[in-house]
Amino acid sequence: MLTVFLQFLFSGLTVGAVYALVGIGFNITYNATSIINLAQGEFVVIGGLMMWFFSESLHLPFLVSVVCTIGSAGLVGLLMERLTIKPLKQPDLLLMIMITIAVSIVLRGILMFSFGKEPYVYPAFTEGDPISVSGAIIQQQTLWVIGITGFCIVGLFVFFKRTIIGKAMRACAVNTAAASLVGINVSRMVMLSFVLSAVVGAIGGMAITPISLMEYDKGPMLAVKGFCAAIMGGLGSNRGAVIGGFIIGILESMTAGYIHSGLKDAVALIILLLILFLRPAGLFVSKTMLDLRKF
Amino acid sequence: MKKGDSTAFVLFVFLIVLFPLLTESAYTLTVGIFSGMNALVAIGLCILMGYAGQVSLGQAGFYGIGAYVSSIVSLQIGISPVLSTVMAMIVAALAAVILAVPALRLKGHYLAVATLGFGEIIFIILNEWGPGGPSGFGDIPRFGLLGYTVHTASGYFYLIWGLVALVMFFSLNLLASLSGKALRAIHDSELASGAVGLNVARLKIKVFILSAVYASLAGSLYAHYVTFVSPSSFSLFYSILVLTMVIVGGITNVWGAIVGAIVITVLPELLRKFAELDVLVYGLILTLSLMFFRKGLVPIMIDQMRKIRRFAVAKR
Repeated sequence: MLTVFLQFLFSGLTVGAVYALVGIGFNITYNATSIINLAQGEFVVIGGLMMWFFSESLHLPFLVSVVCTIGSAGLVGLLMERLTIKPLKQPDLLLMIMITIAVSIVLRGILMFSFGKEPYVYPAFTEGDPISVSGAIIQQQTLWVIGITGFCIVGLFVFFKRTIIGKAMRACAVNTAAASLVGINVSRMVMLSFVLSAVVGAIGGMAITPISLMEYDKGPMLAVKGFCAAIMGGLGSNRGAVIGGFIIGILESMTAGYIHSGLKDAVALIILLLILFLRPAGLFVSKTMLDLRKF
Repeated sequence: MKKGDSTAFVLFVFLIVLFPLLTESAYTLTVGIFSGMNALVAIGLCILMGYAGQVSLGQAGFYGIGAYVSSIVSLQIGISPVLSTVMAMIVAALAAVILAVPALRLKGHYLAVATLGFGEIIFIILNEWGPGGPSGFGDIPRFGLLGYTVHTASGYFYLIWGLVALVMFFSLNLLASLSGKALRAIHDSELASGAVGLNVARLKIKVFILSAVYASLAGSLYAHYVTFVSPSSFSLFYSILVLTMVIVGGITNVWGAIVGAIVITVLPELLRKFAELDVLVYGLILTLSLMFFRKGLVPIMIDQMRKIRRFAVAKR
């Protein structure tokens, strides 16, 4: 009984970590530009598939593959911002939403064209026996996923709080006009936010692929669940996204385990709709904040 | 109906009557039939987005409700597909109310994701609980009334485009009426519309229901024409396809929805050789038209015609 429960909990934590990373990706672009980049899920897919390409197809060493994958995801983020977001004149919100959807379809099309429709997988980062906790099994890759997520969270925290570029990006989020007045290159910060969110997504994709496989059309569902994680904790808050991601991951794997595996996607969607309808500011945000923000 | 629209409408009906007389090919007629079904969904989304300013990425959900409810009811109870289509429209309208009442308080991204979530939930329900699961079911009865069943391709063409014309007639009159003007006011400023006494929330819900009913009608027509349905026809991809139709045709003009639906339905037929590339092609069309032809085909054409007319007048 406990064994089964723990098993579901661990698999929930694993997928939850990836949802958290997607949610953080949403936050990074949202904070710098107030755009919700609905192509966020595609970055995760790019991470998984490019990692397969570099490590299994080109047989590059592990670390080189990781660097190449991160580089190519960052490049995609950069191209996306420079080619589609920056050239827009007088962008309105409706247009912004649709353009990120359009880019996500283009990316999906390119991925399908180059990788086909079949799922891809590569070996776990480290070989070795799984760890057993009172009967439940934790694969080593699970520890990698959670560890990498933790590392990303700490890394981003330090980046935004300590480095000059991180501080400049936060300044853009607070007030774009004021930021450009003190000499911050706002356009470059927007570009950087897309690159950074693409990299964070791709890292999640690289880590999860050995466990859950990766195929070209996983993007939209990952984006929806990551968005759910992000709004659960209040859009813009990374801590909230992490908690939200783990909650969704665990609920999803419990549903799949105890009720019916076909319903696991429905759980996240129902949570998403409930939060949007009842507490669009997020679960952990006070009533005053709720009244102040517009939706 | 406005003056330009009534001229266009007469021309439109004329073209509908003429088209099956000009072509013998069943293939051309079939493409025409599918364009008509897509046009129905696109008209609804166009009114919702272009006139009421609300995004929806969940139209496939209503399209699926139309197809599944009507086929299941007509198969299980054995009533005429005409009646089951009407029943499906009522179900879709109820679903629209349930979604719209809480969702339309949301704006922009939040509304887009909420409707996307709704569409995906319907997709999961069809996959899990629909007859036949992911592989769908067949033997759905064809359309017929009073013992007469529509069998020929041209018969179906007239049925579907006749309904498109009917829907168009209704929509154009609606948009020219006071409600239409109120809708445009909401699009420009919700705050101002509220201040002059418009019931913004109620109007938005009404438009949402309208778009759901159109999509449901199209879904029922699809099911009773193809006589086979499976969930894959009602995925997120279809919602995005309809979005592309509306954007390509021109979001600010309902005629654009019809033009966009025809263009986007015919295009993959022309690009048969690149079957594997369809997702990429749609994505590129959507991206490029958003970036460079944001107005859409029909409004651009109207602008050009105005320019030519002005030029002719100036010369005289």
